[in-house]
Amino acid sequence: MTPTFSELTVGQDLGSRSIEVTRTDLVKYAGASGDFNPIHWNDAFATGVGLPGVIAHGMFTMGAAVQLVTDWAGDPAAVVDFQTRFSKPVPVSDTTGTPDAGAVIEVSGAIGALDADAGTARVDLTVVAGGQKVLMKAQAVVRLA
Amino acid sequence: MTINPDLQGRSYPAAEVYDVGREKIREFARAVKATHPAHFDVDAAKALGHGDLVAPPTFAIIVAQRADAQLIEDPDSGIDFSRVVHADQRFVHHRPIVAGDRLVAELHVDGVRAMGGGAMITTRSEIFALAGSDAAAPREAVATTTSSILVRGEGQ
Repeated sequence: MTPTFSELTVGQDLGSRSIEVTRTDLVKYAGASGDFNPIHWNDAFATGVGLPGVIAHGMFTMGAAVQLVTDWAGDPAAVVDFQTRFSKPVPVSDTTGTPDAGAVIEVSGAIGALDADAGTARVDLTVVAGGQKVLMKAQAVVRLA
Repeated sequence: MTINPDLQGRSYPAAEVYDVGREKIREFARAVKATHPAHFDVDAAKALGHGDLVAPPTFAIIVAQRADAQLIEDPDSGIDFSRVVHADQRFVHHRPIVAGDRLVAELHVDGVRAMGGGAMITTRSEIFALAGSDAAAPREAVATTTSSILVRGEGQ
């Protein structure tokens, strides 16, 4: 169901979700996006450039985080503007062959602003991994009926 | 390696055409763990008023990063890709991207700022859909993407 603009309030909680991430997910994202930077799949390369190990693509985290908004909005095309800063890397442990996640990204959302003239709501996302905010100013503007 | 300060203001014209396919939308949607039916089921997308499968909100990064590659791979730019960190990203959608779109991107280098021994480079891709089969066909504005990359200097 698409939310109705007039029923929204600033500060309204849009819920939260946990996204489990594995090395396989990063390989899938690399293939789907065309971003084959080895820092996202090769530990030796990642540590060689000063990272703690393989890290998730920032665009994987951004793309996965917005699903909370897409599902709430009822139509992926309602997201007319989406931006973020990448503040911390998301290291993903190698848990290949086990059922464990290599990282868990916690996403929550709330209405940050409402624009009655434009009929849009700004959703502010809080995105945390390993106890740190990995995205800053993660804001999605949603056009509502 | 020093970043060429003359990059600021440079533009790269639309190069290759990117054909948006249904299976690519489904593949990208699965890769970002999207489950909305409008990415997978044509009837569900049409029920929402779209002409075909709708791309996820960050799908345009595929086209934008291909455009960015023109700059990064330009020997004149001085950018070492292995030292690139993605700093920020924005997508402004003028209309949804749907399967069947034929997209081109114009790349603009909006900012180059020295940071320590490295540089912060801000690029903007203006993404258009072609109305016809050749690159000279009329174009419709689809999305504007803005990206800042930090090219780390030695010891950063």
